[in-house]
Amino acid sequence: MSKVDLAQFHKAFHEESLDGLDAMEQALLALDEGAEDPELINVVFRAAHSIKGGAATFGFADVAAFTHVAENLMDEVRSGRRPMEKAVVELLLRSGDIIRDMLSLQMAGQPGASAESQALLAELSAMVAGGSAVPAAAAKAAAPAEAIEGWDIAFRPFDYLLKTGNDPARMFRELQGMGPLSVSTDASALPPLASMDPTASYLAYTLGLAAGAKRAAVEGVFDWVDGDCDLTITPRVAAPAPAPAAAAPAAPAAPRAVREVATNSEASSVRVGIEKIDTLINLVGELVITQSMLSQFHDGVQDAQLEMLRQGLAQLARHTRELQESVMSIRMLPISTVFNRFPRLVRDLAQKLDKKVVLDLRGETTELDKTVLEKIGDPLVHLVRNAIDHGLEVPAKRQAAGKGDTGTLRMEAFHRGGSIVVEVADDGAGLNRDAIVAKAIQRGIIASGDGMTDDQVAELIFEAGFSTAAATTDLSGRGVGMDVVRRNVMDLGGTVGITSKYGQGTTFTITLPLTLAIIDGLTAAVGEETYIVPLVSIVESVQVKAENVRSVVGGGELFRFRDEWLPIVRLFDVFGCSGPRRAVDEGIVIVVEGEGTRIGLFVDELIGQQQAVVKSLEANYRRVTGISGATILADGSVALITDIAGLVRLQGRRKAA
Amino acid sequence: MNQTASSAAVAEEAAQYLTVNLGSEEYGVDILAVREIRGWTPVTRIPQAPSYVLGVLNLRGAIVPVLDLRLRFGLTREEYTATTVCVIVMVAGRQFGVVVDAVSDVVEVAPSGIRPVPDMGTTVDTEYLKGLTSVGERMVLLLDVDRLLQPQDAQMLDAALAATDTKAVA
Repeated sequence: MSKVDLAQFHKAFHEESLDGLDAMEQALLALDEGAEDPELINVVFRAAHSIKGGAATFGFADVAAFTHVAENLMDEVRSGRRPMEKAVVELLLRSGDIIRDMLSLQMAGQPGASAESQALLAELSAMVAGGSAVPAAAAKAAAPAEAIEGWDIAFRPFDYLLKTGNDPARMFRELQGMGPLSVSTDASALPPLASMDPTASYLAYTLGLAAGAKRAAVEGVFDWVDGDCDLTITPRVAAPAPAPAAAAPAAPAAPRAVREVATNSEASSVRVGIEKIDTLINLVGELVITQSMLSQFHDGVQDAQLEMLRQGLAQLARHTRELQESVMSIRMLPISTVFNRFPRLVRDLAQKLDKKVVLDLRGETTELDKTVLEKIGDPLVHLVRNAIDHGLEVPAKRQAAGKGDTGTLRMEAFHRGGSIVVEVADDGAGLNRDAIVAKAIQRGIIASGDGMTDDQVAELIFEAGFSTAAATTDLSGRGVGMDVVRRNVMDLGGTVGITSKYGQGTTFTITLPLTLAIIDGLTAAVGEETYIVPLVSIVESVQVKAENVRSVVGGGELFRFRDEWLPIVRLFDVFGCSGPRRAVDEGIVIVVEGEGTRIGLFVDELIGQQQAVVKSLEANYRRVTGISGATILADGSVALITDIAGLVRLQGRRKAA
Repeated sequence: MNQTASSAAVAEEAAQYLTVNLGSEEYGVDILAVREIRGWTPVTRIPQAPSYVLGVLNLRGAIVPVLDLRLRFGLTREEYTATTVCVIVMVAGRQFGVVVDAVSDVVEVAPSGIRPVPDMGTTVDTEYLKGLTSVGERMVLLLDVDRLLQPQDAQMLDAALAATDTKAVA
C-alpha cells in the first residue's frame, strides 16, 4: 500500500527537485561571478538537502547517495571550512546536471548510476576528503566563532507541526548524537484531556546541548521545521558572557528574519494543474458570452424601470472582463523561466570556445502564456548558440577590430502592441553579405544578389535550403537550422526577423502573440457559414476582376496578384458549403501565406475582425483538414478557424496530382 | 429483512437505462454515459463529416459534435424543431450529442434480463446494439454507445476522406 501511496508524490517530488536544481544553479552562477552572500550558499545547500531527503523518502537510493556527497561539500563551504572557489562551483554545477539526469531517468523508470555519475561522485568524494585533511581552513572559521561550550535552544512547535511529518523526539535524538543533551518540557499549554486534539502539538521544550557543536549543525536539525515553530538558538559562550539569556534573542534575530522572507516567497505560489485553469478559462469565457447576450437584450429595452437592470448589467460587464483578464493571467508566466537557463549555457559555451561573453538579460518579468513559453525555449537556445559560436569573435579578433575583448549578448523581452518581442542581439562580427549571397547562389536559392537590400540578404539564412551539414561542431554553423527556428516561431503564430551590420553585430527579433489561447481573426462569410481566418497569416484582402483570373486544366483557378500568379482556393468548395456559389468577382480574395507559400482564399464577404478564443475540435471529435480549431462567437454559436498551413498543403497536393 | 437484502442485490446488479424513441422503436442508453438532455439548438456544420454528423455545438465552452441517430441508422429526418431532443453522452472521455425523437423513460435492467439481438433486419445494424430487453409489454433495444462515433467510425471516415481527396485531385 505504501508503495502506491508514495508513487503519486513522485511527480511532485520530481518537479520540486527540478525547481530546486534551477535555484541551485542560479545561486552557483551568482557565486561564480563573485557574489559573497551567505544566503546564496544556503540556497544551494537547502536545495541539495531537500532533494536528498525526498530521494531517500521515495527510495531513490542512487540520487540520495550522490546528493549526500554533494551536500557534504556544500556544508563545508557553508560552515566556512572551505572557500567558494571556481573549482567547487564547477564541480557543484556538474553535480546539479547529474542529479537532474538521475531524476529524469528515475521518472522514466530506469534508475541506475551512470559511469559519468560514478566518476563525478569520486571527484566529489575526493574533494570532500581532501578538504577535511586541511585543518587550516577549519581552524580559521572556528576561531572567530568564539569558544562555544554548548547551546541553549528554546523550541516551541506550532500546533500543526506533527502533521508536517516531523517528530521532535527524532530531532532530539539527532542532537543527542552531538553531545550530552538535557530536555525540559513546558506543558503549560496542554489543554484538558477532553478537549485535546491528539494530532496537535502542545508542548514547548527547552534544550541544553553541552557540546561545542557548530551552529550549522545545530540549526540543520531544525531545517525541516523552519517556519513551523518558534525557535531560538543561543550559544553558551565561555566565561565573559554572564548573561547569555539577555543577549540571546538579539543575536539570532537577523538570520532568522532573512529566513522568514524566503519562506514567505515560497508560500505565495501554488501548483495548479493546467487543465483546472483551462476549465476556469472556459467557464469565464462562457460568462463573457452570456454577459454579451444579456447586454444585447437590454439595448432594446426602453422602460425606465429597467434602468436598474441596465446598471447592473454594466457592472456585470466590467466584472466579467476583469475576471477574464485575471483568469487568463494565471496561465501567464514570466519569461525568466526560459531566460534562466541561459546564464549557464552562455558560461559553458564561452568557456568551451575560449571567448569572453557577458550575458545581458532584460525584461525578465515580461509575462507570456505557458504554452508559448514551453515552445520558445528551443529556438532561443539555437539563436544564442549561433550568436556565441559564430557571431561573437575570440578576444584577439575583437581587439583587432577595435572592440573590447568581452563580447555582449543581450536578450531582452518587452511588450509591443498586443505582442511580446524577444530580441537576441550580439555585438559580434555580423553577417557577411558576400558569403551569404555566394552560398545562396551555390544552393540555388537565388540567381544573383544584385539589387537585394542587406535585410533581404540576411533573410536568406532562414531559407530551408540554406542549412549546411559542413559545420559539424556540436554547436552550429551560422544558418544551420535557422529555417527550423523560423518554423517553430511561426507555429506559435509569431514572426522572426533579423538585422545585421557587418562588423557590428546581429539582432534577431522574435515577435510572439501574448497567448495561443486567443488569436486575432478575420471573420468571413462562406455560403451560409462563418469561418475565421487568423490575422497573422493574412497578407492582404483584394477584390479580383474576372479578367485577372485564368482557369487552368483540372478546374483550378489562378489570379494575378501584383506580379505573381496565385492559386485561388475556394473555401466554399473545400469545405463543401451549401447556398449560392458566387462568381469570382462577387467575393473577396484573402491572400494568405503559410509555410512560405501564398494562396488566395476566396470567401463571399468579410464580416469583421475579432479576437477568438481557440477551442479544440479534436478533444471531442477529430482533426479536420483545413480546420485548426473552433471558437465561440458572441451569439454563442460555433465558428471554425481555418488552418492556413493545412490549406496550403492541400493546394500543393492538388497541384502535384 | 429478507426483502431489503434481495432488493439491494438487485440494485447492485441492475443497470439503469435512459430510453429514447426513434420512430416506433425504443432504445436504451446506459444512464451513466448520459451527461445531459437538451432541446435542439442549431449546430455549426463541419466540413468532410459523414452525413449523420450534423455539426458541432457549444456546450459551456466545449466544442461537442452532434450526430443524428436517425441518420446514423439510415432513416431520414423531416425537420429539427425545438422539441427535437439532443442527449449529450460521454464515452471514453469524449462528449457528443445524439439527436433522437424523444426521451421517454428510465428503466432498470438486470443483466439476466438482457437477451442477445436476433439478426432479423431491424432498422439498426446489430453491431451497435448490446442486446434487447423487455420492460412490461415494450421491447427496448440497448445501444452500445461506445460504438456510435468511434473507433471503427473514425477509420471508415478516414478511408472515405482519402477517397474524396483523390476525387478532388482528379
